[in-house]
Amino acid sequence: MKSLVEALTQTFGPSGYEGAIRERVQQEIAPFVDDMRIDALGNLIARKGRAQNGGQRIVVAAHLDEIGLIATHIEERGFVRFTSIGGVMVHTLIGGRVRFVNGIAGVIHMDQDEPRDSFPKLEKLFIDVGATSAADCPVRVGDMAAFERPFLDLGRRWVAKSMDDRIGVAVMIETLRTLQETPNEVYFVFTVQEEVGTRGAAPAAFGLEPQVALAVDVTRTGDVPGGKMAVALGKGPAIKILDSGMIADPKVVEWMGGVAERLGIPYQREVLVGGTTDARAMQLVRAGVPAGCLSIPCRYIHSPSEMVDVEDVQHSVRLLHALLSQPLPFS
Amino acid sequence: MIPESLLSLLERLCNAVAVSGDEGEVRQIVLEEVRPHADEVRVDALGNVLAIRRARSGDGLRVMLAAHMDEVGLMLVAEDGDGLYRFETVGSVDERYLVGKPVWVGKDHLPGVIGARPIHLTTPEERARKLSLESLRIDLGPGRKAELGSRATFATPFRRLGAAILAKSLDNRLGVATVIELLRNAPPHLELQAAFTVQEEIGLRGASVAAYALQPHLGIAVDSTPAHDLPAPEGHENLFYNTRLGAGPAIYRADAATLSDPRLVRFLEAVAQRHNIPYQIRQPGGGGTDAGAIQRTREGIPAVSVSVPGRYPHSPASLALLEDWENTLRLLQEALNELTAEVLETEKNS
Repeated sequence: MKSLVEALTQTFGPSGYEGAIRERVQQEIAPFVDDMRIDALGNLIARKGRAQNGGQRIVVAAHLDEIGLIATHIEERGFVRFTSIGGVMVHTLIGGRVRFVNGIAGVIHMDQDEPRDSFPKLEKLFIDVGATSAADCPVRVGDMAAFERPFLDLGRRWVAKSMDDRIGVAVMIETLRTLQETPNEVYFVFTVQEEVGTRGAAPAAFGLEPQVALAVDVTRTGDVPGGKMAVALGKGPAIKILDSGMIADPKVVEWMGGVAERLGIPYQREVLVGGTTDARAMQLVRAGVPAGCLSIPCRYIHSPSEMVDVEDVQHSVRLLHALLSQPLPFS
Repeated sequence: MIPESLLSLLERLCNAVAVSGDEGEVRQIVLEEVRPHADEVRVDALGNVLAIRRARSGDGLRVMLAAHMDEVGLMLVAEDGDGLYRFETVGSVDERYLVGKPVWVGKDHLPGVIGARPIHLTTPEERARKLSLESLRIDLGPGRKAELGSRATFATPFRRLGAAILAKSLDNRLGVATVIELLRNAPPHLELQAAFTVQEEIGLRGASVAAYALQPHLGIAVDSTPAHDLPAPEGHENLFYNTRLGAGPAIYRADAATLSDPRLVRFLEAVAQRHNIPYQIRQPGGGGTDAGAIQRTREGIPAVSVSVPGRYPHSPASLALLEDWENTLRLLQEALNELTAEVLETEKNS
């Protein structure tokens, strides 16, 4: 699974430009799904199974896109000004490297006359792509960039950019590989544009009309200096109770916890104060959908070095597999 | 050249009062203009005008063009007696623009003024402070009355300034006039769905239900976007202009509501280049257009925005160049002429 996670996190795919990562996922899942298609916005929708013997139509969603940057202006001397796509934090940027859709790489720095003892505003940063003038700059206004940072194996922990949500994508792919039989009709949806406001998931769910919807995404932890949240790395997948956009359906929470306990999978209960997932968008589609979220605990979210625990990831696959392979305890 | 008849239509549209939620005056003009050119015209429950020109040939590609009829403005909320009214802003209006401006109130365009204590009676300290909305009144003149809930706009008649035009609400009467003109010249091979939407300025509300009803294959929001291309101080570069006057139609890549469908952006750029039509990419950033609402409707609809650049929108007087409008019209007309379902079959990336 490590090589899969490495490949997924190293593949380009900021919001709205998920083509390369989607293609990679298509290749990975093709042998294991009954059919798949790409919808109008670019969501990849793959089906496994047909609802039978009490089975239900379930949507499981992980988002393909990652946060990124977009060029707003090319200066006369060739420097690229930019703004953020998704929840980019300025203190994670300076000294970092990016790559644009067209393959051009660059480094981020800040205006030299900015004070060094405080964080500058985003508009005081620029990307240097090695150009010497606007005329020879290979980047155009409106070009999108993603961060570059190699994958790191720390033994019990993996670190990469875009672990949010490529680790969720990897958990879904691994689950698909092992999911031989299911009484349910499961739609594995790899969504677009989550980081700019969960825009892809709602249209996908609108078309699929699920009876239950689950997001598979990362969540914050509090197990670092100054941390306050109860979730920690290494204590198993987190079952979302609520976040700032969604209250998970209590029967979904109970179902997830019950299955984990039956199989002896460690898990944590998650209350997330800031942020939300595709589950929020899916919950509010049409006449409403019972929704929940299987969260993979992750440190340093939205930085170029997002960290997950390997056992948490493996337990997440086991739990998702178990959830999907049995009839649901409710209808 | 923009024909005189189209300019006079824009003049009528700009001089109408149609603040969000009360778009009737513009809707009336739109209905008169589109009826002779559409196969079906209806006003939906929220007040959107949906005018459909069906395909005469081809594969029935449904293309939605959305232009919002509403403008930002003011609403009378309480009477203080003797022609004086408290008011609130509707949509994003910079309160610093309000004081001292003449206004038109209600359907009859009752003239009034947003008054304040004159310089004779204020101290320098008082004049340094910003006037709060609560301290301002619309004065219709003693003995004059208007209904509470009436909308008001700045009282700026449309004017020609040589190669430019100056008016209130060029955002988005430019878009409305553009879509009317495109409907008149609809190419035969596609179904043109012209949506003249309500309540855009208070959160893209009308476009959402319009797209739900129309179920287009793709949507283009036609709007007007700020140009702040004024000179920067010596030795500096203007980094935040949004768009530039005279640089042609502004194609959107990203704003706070939408990441434009890359296929549609690519297509529009190719059309512009083929026909030597100048265009610019609007600086990615905040803001939003009806494209944001369209894109998320039903199972998702590929969408993009094209805007006419204009200086000083949401103010008493905005200013646009006729050549930018003309080039926007040309770009959209050529794009419609060449648009087929193939555009959506190409790879979405890059």
